[in-house]
Amino acid sequence: MVRISKLGAEGLKLHPLRSLLTALGIIIGVGTVIYMLAVIEGRAAEIQERIKARGSNNIILRAKKPADDSKAGTSRTREVVYGLTYDDAVRIRETFPSVEVIVPVRDVFASVYSGESRMDTVTMATVPWYLEVARGQLLAGRWFTDVEMESSTPTAILGHEAARTLFLWRDPLGESVRIGAKVYRVVGVLEPTVTSDEREALKRDRAIYIPLATVRERFGERNVKFVSGSMDIERVELHEVLLRLHRSEDVVPVAAAVEAMLQRFHANTDYEVDVPLALLEEAQRESIKSKQLFGSIAAISLLVGGIGIMNIMLASVTERTREIGIRRALGARRKDITTQFLVETLILSVAGGLIGIGCGVGASALHEHLVKESQTSVTTGSVLLAFGISALVGVLAGVYPAVRASRMDPIEALRHE
Amino acid sequence: MPVIELRDVRRTYRMGEDTVVALAGVSLVVEKGEFVAIMGPSGSGKSTMLNLLGCLDRPESGQYLLDGKDVATLSDDALSAIRSERLGFIFQSFNLIQSLDVVRNIALPLFYMGADDSTCAARAKELAGRVGLEKRLGHRPMELSGGQQQRVAIARALSNDPVIILADEPTGNLDSRTGEEIMNLLRELHGEGRTIIMVTHEDDIAARAERVITMRDGRIQSDRSVGS
Repeated sequence: MVRISKLGAEGLKLHPLRSLLTALGIIIGVGTVIYMLAVIEGRAAEIQERIKARGSNNIILRAKKPADDSKAGTSRTREVVYGLTYDDAVRIRETFPSVEVIVPVRDVFASVYSGESRMDTVTMATVPWYLEVARGQLLAGRWFTDVEMESSTPTAILGHEAARTLFLWRDPLGESVRIGAKVYRVVGVLEPTVTSDEREALKRDRAIYIPLATVRERFGERNVKFVSGSMDIERVELHEVLLRLHRSEDVVPVAAAVEAMLQRFHANTDYEVDVPLALLEEAQRESIKSKQLFGSIAAISLLVGGIGIMNIMLASVTERTREIGIRRALGARRKDITTQFLVETLILSVAGGLIGIGCGVGASALHEHLVKESQTSVTTGSVLLAFGISALVGVLAGVYPAVRASRMDPIEALRHE
Repeated sequence: MPVIELRDVRRTYRMGEDTVVALAGVSLVVEKGEFVAIMGPSGSGKSTMLNLLGCLDRPESGQYLLDGKDVATLSDDALSAIRSERLGFIFQSFNLIQSLDVVRNIALPLFYMGADDSTCAARAKELAGRVGLEKRLGHRPMELSGGQQQRVAIARALSNDPVIILADEPTGNLDSRTGEEIMNLLRELHGEGRTIIMVTHEDDIAARAERVITMRDGRIQSDRSVGS
């Protein structure tokens, strides 16, 4: 059997170019499978990473400025009240035992000064356990403590970008910053945020974090913005409420229940509910769909490749009719002939498959290199799948020509010119 | 015991509407060591007879005893085995495989018998020397003259040490001088005690055999010994 198989390899060596062209269909088909799956897997991994960075057990409630329907007429000063409230947070805590922790956040829009430097940024007033729930990392120093929260001690932690803008290369620890009219002592600096959600990362890195208690005292409940000459006053108690649940299975139902509850207390929808896990599930569904789509395209191209191989093998069998006759006359059994031609097709398709895998991996690497901020992932599964399919196509495309070769009448075959 | 015994062998072909009787009940006995020439006009059934004797074809009725064993009813695989182990073929158009060199062409029957590579190569080299081609071992058939190609074919027919050598117009594609050389080689083999059955339509070639069978219309017309 092994010896007969060698004959197959020799048959291919006779026409190297033709062999290459024949295998091209498989090469392209397999390459496409590997490449497409790598891109899809890569995107899925990217989304998963982004969602994990935001916490898969988390539900994020955000204040949303409602559509402006209360036309305040010509008044140059408008006051808009909206957003989440402390009452909401308390109600959620009392209603849902599956919620492990609640993190209220209020954004303060005020210029921040450090000596000569000034930065217009968002100060996020929050609670001692914010860092853990939001999955931030300290670069230096510490987060503010429960005691500092209780006693409204004016401490601040700087986002990575904020620290650089305000202090350049100086060490901000122990220095102080002025937010609005009040002075805060810097006790910590954060690492750059790791998430592929760029807007979120930018916001977090530019932010300054202070105890929520200090804001309730010092800034009241109003944010004042000057927009094109008129003064907008926004009254927002809480801009964001992060909920972390004990179990991820509860995330989706609790999110729905929380939303229903908020609806009762907020007539105009001035909030939004963001569920990273739901996005994850949607992303997974999406990725399965695109796998199916690209899978069918790849299947078609492999089919075409298989037909190409079968076509060439049939031609080759006809061309070598006389050789088949000679071999039969000299004692080759039918199965020897079948094996010879089948091995030839198998070698073609498997070699094509291997080259195709190489091309697919190469294309994936190139994709990652050329397309900004993309990642691809060539999995063992996709390589095995592609290889298996190419071998299968080889067998299917090879069986008919090989059997036809073996069925030839040796006398007729010997007479063939 | 005779090497070959045909008993009332019939073989017909369908050609469109017509049925052509190629062999109409042929009986024949060939003893070991005989050199038989089969002659006859085209369509007389001599090619069919050679195909039957070569186990490439099976009779419709009658018996074919090869070395005492009835092969008329054997399976395709069993016939393949007989061809590779007990028969040697020499064709008019040499029928070498163009992609293989001299050594591997000669070793082909051994290959299908299942001999290992080194045995094949050793035996093939020995036989190439026997037919005077020891200097052409790595050549392809295209690089050889007609006479040389037929020598390769003869060496190939000898490789499995066959019971019978079947030759189909072995000199038909050769000039008379080269044909003579090939005939001398066949006579040499006959001298070694091998059984040779040769189809030819040339009288002077047939005259080099010991026994000439003439066929006509699917029957043996005459069967005579010739002095050589």
